[in-house]
Amino acid sequence: MSTLETTVSIYDDFAAVKAKTESRSRKVDRDNRETVGMPFVANPRMTCRQVNVFYGEKHAIKNVSIDIGKNEVLAMIGPSGCGKSTFLRCLNRMNDTVAGCRVTGEIHLDNRNIYDGNIDVVPLRAQVGMVFQKPNPFPKSIYDNVAYGPKIHGLASSRTELADIVEDSLKRAGLWNEVNDRLDKPGTGLSGGQQQRLCIARAIAVRPEIILMDEPCSALDPIATATVEELISGLKEQYSIVIVTHNMQQAARVSQRTAYFHLGDLVEVGQTDRIFTNPSHQLTEDYITGRFG
Amino acid sequence: MSPTLLIAVLLALSSLAYWFGRNRAFAVAKKTAAMRLHSRPGYHGMLVALWCLIPALLIFCCWQFFADNLLVSHAMQSVTAVRGELSPSEMSLATNDLRNLVSGNYFNREIDPALQAAADRYTGMRQIANTALAVTVLSVAILGFIWAYSRINPGLRARNKVEKAVEISLTICSTIAVFTTIGIVFSVIFESIRFFQQVPFFDFLFGLNWSPQMAIRADQAGSSGSFGALPVLAGTFLISAIAMAIAVPFGLLSAIYLSEYSGPRFRRIAKPMLEILAGVPTVVYGFFAALVVAPAIRGFGASIGLSVASESALAAGLVMGVMIIPFVSSLSDDIINAVPQTLRDGSLALGATQSETIKNVVIPAALPGIVGSILLAVSRAIGETMIVVMAAGLAANLTLNPLQAVTTVTVQIVTLLVGDQEFDSPKTLAAFALGLLLFVVTLALNVIALYVVRKYREEYE
Repeated sequence: MSTLETTVSIYDDFAAVKAKTESRSRKVDRDNRETVGMPFVANPRMTCRQVNVFYGEKHAIKNVSIDIGKNEVLAMIGPSGCGKSTFLRCLNRMNDTVAGCRVTGEIHLDNRNIYDGNIDVVPLRAQVGMVFQKPNPFPKSIYDNVAYGPKIHGLASSRTELADIVEDSLKRAGLWNEVNDRLDKPGTGLSGGQQQRLCIARAIAVRPEIILMDEPCSALDPIATATVEELISGLKEQYSIVIVTHNMQQAARVSQRTAYFHLGDLVEVGQTDRIFTNPSHQLTEDYITGRFG
Repeated sequence: MSPTLLIAVLLALSSLAYWFGRNRAFAVAKKTAAMRLHSRPGYHGMLVALWCLIPALLIFCCWQFFADNLLVSHAMQSVTAVRGELSPSEMSLATNDLRNLVSGNYFNREIDPALQAAADRYTGMRQIANTALAVTVLSVAILGFIWAYSRINPGLRARNKVEKAVEISLTICSTIAVFTTIGIVFSVIFESIRFFQQVPFFDFLFGLNWSPQMAIRADQAGSSGSFGALPVLAGTFLISAIAMAIAVPFGLLSAIYLSEYSGPRFRRIAKPMLEILAGVPTVVYGFFAALVVAPAIRGFGASIGLSVASESALAAGLVMGVMIIPFVSSLSDDIINAVPQTLRDGSLALGATQSETIKNVVIPAALPGIVGSILLAVSRAIGETMIVVMAAGLAANLTLNPLQAVTTVTVQIVTLLVGDQEFDSPKTLAAFALGLLLFVVTLALNVIALYVVRKYREEYE
């Protein structure tokens, strides 16, 4: 896949959107739950097709198809309970730990369906890392928190190599300067924002290719949020990032594409600036204007 | 008026006082509409009821505590008047007779007229005293009621006072356990000091021979007795170690299975079943150990050419271990369940397997609680008596061989104190010294465990 093709496809999409907006400011009707916009990209890292999730009888995710591009930040927004987090947890099969949860459809990573019976979740989760809503550092030292993943995956052959991985991960998470003199202190003793960056460092340390973030800033104050957002923008040079957020300014600041979920349907996907300035779907417009007043 | 009836009347009176106080508070509130009541009427009622009840109850308790002795010593004056001055032991004998005579269990011989007179005197005084008590208590109750009732006004901080009273009663309740412990320790210490006056301390602590049989009366033939506690202590540790070797792995692993792997339905059934083990009386475990396990071990030992005593430490330890499993498993299971799911998710999301997550995250986070549950199990094992009496025997062998008969501290305490005893013989007093030893050992274990927990604990939240 060449950059040219991507550009062309994005350009095509823009052209289509432009035509649409020029012709009228009419939106797609509220009752239409087909995904509008551009769910697919030219060089995807992960492709999801007809994904359905059931919690017992409840149909939580309905027929969602979307691509996750290379080195892009994809934001997922939507009202509470719309299935954003559920969908996110499908991408590294964290839903396996939820009793009564059933997933159908296909999610491809490296041309393999991660829901195939013969896929082992352990390497999958090493490849697709995750950061949770509430910072959840292990009750261990800062060093051991970061070293945990590399240790269990045998990424370091020596002690010094492990120390290098820890240092590198903490630096990339922007935490090194704050904690390098107290690596042996418990990770739970850090402030909320530092804990969340520690969790990001922990996720980076296993060298994932995709990082899933489930409302990573919802428990943080504005300053810590700004630090984490800056971090996310830096990380996308190397990783693909999918971030669930309730904060629309945050989605606008950090992401390239935005997906809007509504009651289990993926309603609209598009370039972030377009979603927030001129959404195609009436539901999307309702949601973002409701928020912005 | 009998004491029981008096208490009932007092309680009825104070509920009346509550009702009056509450109504009065309502009336006051209505009258002084400009000023709001500081406390809700219920608190005013409660305060009046407390004033009615507590002073009266205190007087009642003091009376019950002291009056009987006063009355008896007073009545005994009529006995001493006839018989002259009595020695302390004669005095306590006569007092006992007096009490039996009053309660009507005096059958054995003809009644001493002096004693009969004393009994009559006692009965008469008792009646007067009871009436006086009733009058005093009820008038104090009514006075308390009137005083508190008259003080009801909107500004009275009734709620704060009631809350203070509740706080004081909570404090008293919580200190009762502390004072009981202190009392037990002192009673054991004083008896032990008497023991150590007759047997040297280091002979007791480091002696290798335990044979407490000695003559307790002058006309009895017996050995002089030897009080080396080491074999007994070794027996306790041997059996406890065997029990813990069973209980800790089985208990901990079953807790991990129950909390991390089993389905909710299996857990719902299996956990109460495990807890039933803790409810089986230890005597029943004793039968099981003595009649099933010990012969089985002996038979097995014989078949592979080992000589096993018919009462062995192994049998007692094995059965005790099974008894203790639920202490470890049930508590540890609760504690492992209390580890937040977010920690497990965090570990799983890094690509850790379930077993890696349990080993590296869940167990370390739950460690303080797990050590606590093991500690509880150890103190159960050390204090356990019945199983050992029935299955391990009474022979104080100093051995580490689990196939021999051993005895434990608790078993020796029981055998020393059962039957006819004389409380100034070292044989009897040795029981208290053993008790003190046991107490010190368990205390030391607790302190060590607390230290270990504090040092290695990994705190979440």
